[in-house]
Amino acid sequence: MARSFLTPLSRARGLGSAHEGTGHFIAQRATAVASIVLTVFLVVILVMLAGRDYAAARALIANPFVALGLVATAGTYCWHMKLGMQVIIEDYVHGAVLRPALLLANVAFCMAVFLLAVIAIGRIAFGA
Amino acid sequence: MPRLELKENRPLSPHLQIWRPTLTMAMSILHRISGAALYFAMLLGVWWLVALASGPAYFAFVNGIFRSWFGLLVLFAVSYALFHHAMGGIRHLVWDTGRGFEIPVAEHMAKVSLVLAVLFTLMLWLAGFLAA
Repeated sequence: MARSFLTPLSRARGLGSAHEGTGHFIAQRATAVASIVLTVFLVVILVMLAGRDYAAARALIANPFVALGLVATAGTYCWHMKLGMQVIIEDYVHGAVLRPALLLANVAFCMAVFLLAVIAIGRIAFGA
Repeated sequence: MPRLELKENRPLSPHLQIWRPTLTMAMSILHRISGAALYFAMLLGVWWLVALASGPAYFAFVNGIFRSWFGLLVLFAVSYALFHHAMGGIRHLVWDTGRGFEIPVAEHMAKVSLVLAVLFTLMLWLAGFLAA
């Protein structure tokens, strides 16, 4: 049996590492690298959108490759946002109720933003 | 159990009010602030996409807000936050490889990332106005 360095009290409390820190760290970096690439794409699309009227803007977003890129951008940004805001909440909010509530609200916000983007882009791309 | 008076007299590690403000410190704080700002700015992007999906009338309404002087000011600030956060992120990726921790190097990277963020922001808006 592996030797435990926990004090009896901390073993009784059963709290400790959730063993998710490394995964969070890697996901933050992976989404950061993807965000750099996708931001270049987004900037190109933004410049292409400048001066377009409603129909022309819709036609650009409806292009399958543009739609794919924008969904990928929204997904990557929202994932990165979730990770980043989670760290901010964990740093500053310590209440037994407020902390988990805000952590859950963070996930809900990021999911909602991503899904709204997918629905809007999907509706444009599929011509509804 | 530690003696109570020992616990009370324990030295505290120096915190914000002790340090002289430095550029790298300001950039660290700005990285977090720009990230949090972009978090909520995503609502603007999604709002615009939803407007585009909803039809010409609602799109004209949202586009009118975005193109007002206040809308453009907010969008300009958001675009700077995006480039600032992106340049700061690249700095962090360099640090992740174990490089660039020497104080003069870190200071230099902070200055370069600031200049690049301003430059990219101006280039984006210049390109936008030229394309429009």
